[in-house]
Amino acid sequence: MHLLEVEALSKSYRQIGGESTLAIGEISFQVEKGEFVSLVGPSGCGKTTLLMCIAGLIPASSGMVKVNGAGISGPPKNLVLVFQEYNRSLFAWRSVLGNVLFGLEVRGKLSSEAEDRARHLIGLVGLEGFERHYPWELSGGMQQRVAIARALAYGPEVLLMDEPFGSVDALTRLELEDTLLKLWQELKTTILFVTHDIEEAIYLSDRICLLSRRPSRVVRGIEIRLERPRNQLATRADRRFVELRNDIYKQISDQAAK
Amino acid sequence: MKPLGRINLPGLATLLAVLLLWEGFSRGSASLQLYFPPVSRILVSLYELIFSRELFGHLLATLGRFAAGYLLAAALAIFLGIILGYSRLAYSFAEPLIEFLRPMPSVAIIPVAILFLGIADAMMVAVTVYACAWPVLINTIDGVRNIDRTLLYTGRTFGLGRWQALRKIVLPGASPYIVTGLRISLAIALILVTTSEMVVGGSGLGYFILDEERSLRTGNMYAGIFVVALLGYGANRLFLLLEGRVIAWHRRMTAGETV
Repeated sequence: MHLLEVEALSKSYRQIGGESTLAIGEISFQVEKGEFVSLVGPSGCGKTTLLMCIAGLIPASSGMVKVNGAGISGPPKNLVLVFQEYNRSLFAWRSVLGNVLFGLEVRGKLSSEAEDRARHLIGLVGLEGFERHYPWELSGGMQQRVAIARALAYGPEVLLMDEPFGSVDALTRLELEDTLLKLWQELKTTILFVTHDIEEAIYLSDRICLLSRRPSRVVRGIEIRLERPRNQLATRADRRFVELRNDIYKQISDQAAK
Repeated sequence: MKPLGRINLPGLATLLAVLLLWEGFSRGSASLQLYFPPVSRILVSLYELIFSRELFGHLLATLGRFAAGYLLAAALAIFLGIILGYSRLAYSFAEPLIEFLRPMPSVAIIPVAILFLGIADAMMVAVTVYACAWPVLINTIDGVRNIDRTLLYTGRTFGLGRWQALRKIVLPGASPYIVTGLRISLAIALILVTTSEMVVGGSGLGYFILDEERSLRTGNMYAGIFVVALLGYGANRLFLLLEGRVIAWHRRMTAGETV
């Protein structure tokens, strides 16, 4: 049994004129326990919509999402989505600790162990000493670290991430990628990651699902057999890394030309 | 906004200068003194009134109506505002009514209230509730509408139900707006209470001020006005103190503090 299964999922929107347009056309793929999978595709191919459907936040038009073999209707308990816009997803009236405790609080698990867990995760994302700060007092990269700690404190089996590093500067982005890999290895969480940055996808993932433009479908699944732990300099300089990047880039630009 | 607890010396000097000018003008003209007694004489009147306890009863009556009207309005308007902010459908039903009634000067309903409720406390409280509810209602609706969808999605991805979302996201998220409405209503409450007291009479500072004017006891009249002014000032100060606790995060956030 797969941990996460997306079966023939499609999503169409009704436009103002009454016509409906197909944003996602029959996407199927699976994610195994402990895997790091990235969805890569041209911008506007409906990656965010797909992730929202998988998270149970918006209903799919047809098809199914299964977690541990069971179809979902609404947000599943063992799955959390991290949004791209950290500044719009953190609670401005809660401190860093208060934000990280949020998921545990909702589950009614507010105890000293919960707080220990929250503090531990704040430490893991590198924000020790900032527990009492408010999100708006932190830089963008730090805010996204808070959002990641908050999601992981909830203890999800699957972490969905929607271009989480899309709004931070290039250097911060590299740091955040390494932090995420460290967390993934330490906590053994399964991650489904959406990005339009090909190199980022290769650097992070075990496997990449390449999506076409609208209405999007899975064009190809690509195994990334680069050794771990990965290294920003060595891995990116690896001949296989460069080949993968060129190969994927070519596929995407062929898509765009069609 | 001026920080609490710090004394504004130039402002205090202006206030003193105005009072001194007042004193001087009044003493300079004997014909003016009946309508415009010197500050010193008003203070003497105030002192005597406090000792005779006459003013105390009126102050209590006004305070009671003020608190009852204000608090009822706040509860009602926040409740309705959340519903109307949440539901587009409910708002479209209510919109024409709101747009028509809101700009109407609230004192215009005093005669209507008298018809239905007589000249009892209930009438004065009802008028106050009516007038105070608008700013809170409008601001609550705005506040609820302005909550970022991403915040609500975030709540849902963590398994938040509708009721929990209301408590943990909608209310705190809208609180800066709600507080703004509540502050505007504070001044309105005092206006409506004193005005209706002037209209129906019997008790309260509004009644006292008008009654002393009709009896040409202008010292007492001004003393009454001082007391209402102090009441308004005190209520606002108390409000700012509470506001500082409830939405301290917002004030600091908008001040743009960063590490």
